[in-house]
Amino acid sequence: MALKLLLEHDKVEGIRYYDAYRKHGGYRSVEKAFKMTPDEIVEEVKKSGLRGRGGAGFPTGMKWSFLAKPEGVPRHLVCNADESEPGTFKDRYLMEFIPHLLIEGLIVSSFALGSNMTYIYIRGEYAWIVDILEQAIAEARNNGWLGKNILGTGFDCEIYVQRGAGAYICGEETALIESLEGKRGNPRIKPPFPAVQGLWMRPTVVNNVETLAAVVPIINMGGEEYAKIGVGRSTGTKLMSACGNINNPGVYEIDMTISVEEFIFSDEYCGGIPKGKRLKACIPGGSSVPILPANLLLKTAKGETRYMNYESLSDGGFATGSMMGSGGFEVLDEDQCVVRHTMSLARFYNHESCGQCSPCREGTGWMYKILKNIEYGKGKMSDIDLLWDIQRKIEGNTICPLGDAAAWPVAAAIRHFRDEFEWHVLNPDESQTRNYGLAHYADPVHVPAGA
Amino acid sequence: MSETPKFKVTIDNITIEVPAGTTILNAARMIGGDVTPPAMCYYSKLKESGGKCRTCLVEVSKGSEKDPRPMPKLVASCRTTVMDGMEVKNITSERVVDARKGVVEMLLINHPLDCPVCDQAGECDLQDLSYEHGSEGTRYEFDRRTFEKEDIGPYIQLHMTRCILCYRCVNTAKELTNRREHGILERGDHSEISTLLGKALDNEFIGNVIDVCPVGALTDKTFRFKNRVWFTKPMDAHRDCPTCSGKVRLWMRGDEVYRVTARKDQWNEVEEWICNECRFEKKETKDWVIEGPSKVSRTSVISQGHYVNTEKPHILIDKVIGKQPKLLMDIHAISEVNRPEIKLSEIEGPAHSDDFKDDVIK
Repeated sequence: MALKLLLEHDKVEGIRYYDAYRKHGGYRSVEKAFKMTPDEIVEEVKKSGLRGRGGAGFPTGMKWSFLAKPEGVPRHLVCNADESEPGTFKDRYLMEFIPHLLIEGLIVSSFALGSNMTYIYIRGEYAWIVDILEQAIAEARNNGWLGKNILGTGFDCEIYVQRGAGAYICGEETALIESLEGKRGNPRIKPPFPAVQGLWMRPTVVNNVETLAAVVPIINMGGEEYAKIGVGRSTGTKLMSACGNINNPGVYEIDMTISVEEFIFSDEYCGGIPKGKRLKACIPGGSSVPILPANLLLKTAKGETRYMNYESLSDGGFATGSMMGSGGFEVLDEDQCVVRHTMSLARFYNHESCGQCSPCREGTGWMYKILKNIEYGKGKMSDIDLLWDIQRKIEGNTICPLGDAAAWPVAAAIRHFRDEFEWHVLNPDESQTRNYGLAHYADPVHVPAGA
Repeated sequence: MSETPKFKVTIDNITIEVPAGTTILNAARMIGGDVTPPAMCYYSKLKESGGKCRTCLVEVSKGSEKDPRPMPKLVASCRTTVMDGMEVKNITSERVVDARKGVVEMLLINHPLDCPVCDQAGECDLQDLSYEHGSEGTRYEFDRRTFEKEDIGPYIQLHMTRCILCYRCVNTAKELTNRREHGILERGDHSEISTLLGKALDNEFIGNVIDVCPVGALTDKTFRFKNRVWFTKPMDAHRDCPTCSGKVRLWMRGDEVYRVTARKDQWNEVEEWICNECRFEKKETKDWVIEGPSKVSRTSVISQGHYVNTEKPHILIDKVIGKQPKLLMDIHAISEVNRPEIKLSEIEGPAHSDDFKDDVIK
């Protein structure tokens, strides 16, 4: 059984409520943190090597140390629970079953950052989780963990839950801040960064749910101990939400030392692919990261085994690698059509683009229309090159990363599955009745000598 | 108060000193001419504008003297401030030219290409932009986004089909009026400018949204389809107005005032906001003290070949590439009209066949 830090007690009865949570060691980290200074906590998080679990993987300790601390200006911590990436549902599990873990992490982090008003921005579709969180906050307040002068330390903290209205873009930190202020959720133009001027123009840190929850074990066991788990710069444990063509979809906690092959096929995790089908492709980190064919997923281009961690998954850059992203692990078996899959992603990004900057607003819709044509047998050969050109003109030219997120899946699908696109164009009728199948996507990659 | 420090910035091999806090775009505007990136959403008079249209993207090849690393992505020059020793590439960067071409294409895919029936034609920023940076054909094969025309208030017509969602009018309303009554509804490529439930815009300065609109999405109902802009003559005029400065530009044909707008500078930006009364109500010559013809760029179609008070374009290409450009062909070799002894650049205003008559040359 692998090491578990976040989901250690997730199967304990009543862990959702305060009494059971406290009995299983809950809120110990708050007691410990209040004996430290805020700077010591930030230092501890830095030592732990914790990286942001929301997708970009930016070191959390570093992000915290960038927070501006002008005299007399309140600072804010905002928890980003607007988990809307297709395929990612790890935060939902965490908040639904162990809400107190998030509350505990929030109190410690608020103390470290000096935030007296902390917000949880949760996506509107998680309507029932709002109630769970509010109940947990009420329980925490009744037991003296929130409110004025917590545990006699003189530190005040309140946590508010704010519901979003269902926009994917509000998961981008500056759009989230705009939305939290009650405005239209358009990303801001950076600089200024939120660490300097964020919520109500005050210094703000925005962190993912899982990142803030991971602060709890870091304080409990110490940053250095935490850094020993995992490998290289991928320290600690990561929640993966596995879905798609696998036997056991669900949320798994991994310590980032297992291989991708083990994660998919071992019974402890995904449990292999149903009905003895073969693996065709996989998106290892949520819908916006590049899709990989089976051969490049299990082995890197150099012929080494690929592991489930930040470095190994991105080995080879975008040419032959992918990203850890937010941990939404989607598996496609041999019966799936990559063109159709890419089309549905393009439709999602077209629908969710905020419409602020022109390349993303117009480009996402254009890509979706072309992909729809190809999928329904009306495509032309030149459309594939056109798609490539459009995604190239979106990527990097937009205000926020949604443009990149929309461009990468299309780019990766064309890069690795171009012959499937071509087959769709050349066989418009046949492509309506059957899928391209596995083809050569699982064949061993030729490793050039000296690689 | 200490003086603002001066920063040295090099844009397309031309170095200029600007006060700290200036944006790259404004520094380029100080140089002027070809090195100035185009801007569709940025408006120097509006604080929150800019950063959205992405036409002003430039490459920063050297961050500053202290930190010479280049910036990995292209940056929006309208919202990026200069650093000391920064080096910027605009028209000399292939990446920028390529990205800008892409942005122009994206802006045009949902814009109707029916300039001949559009009231903005001749003074349209998008027309200029696509003429300079766009490609000749489109690769877009789908239906364009269309909307019904909408009257927002008694004076302004909104045609969302033409809108490029630059947010300029939203920012104008935000800054000039107490309560903004129009904004963006919906999201992504189906977002639209609108008022809540078809409310009318009635603020005495709201007419300025027509002037800031870079395309023909917001038009003046008192002028719509009355005349083409290049048949009218712009004249600077003023009146004693209790609400605004009263300094306007009249668009006249003969003695008739067809339209009143604010005066615009060389970047096609309003110099001073004017009120609705000046703009929509005062359409008689006797209402105004006429100062004289406005200055119009020589390349503008508004001058239409017979307008006198034109400004010469600012040409810098020799400085950008560091040498005199090599001509692809010598026009005198193939044309008998353009005789070498006549220097076209020395003729005031547009050339006329009279300029080539033998007695003029002697």
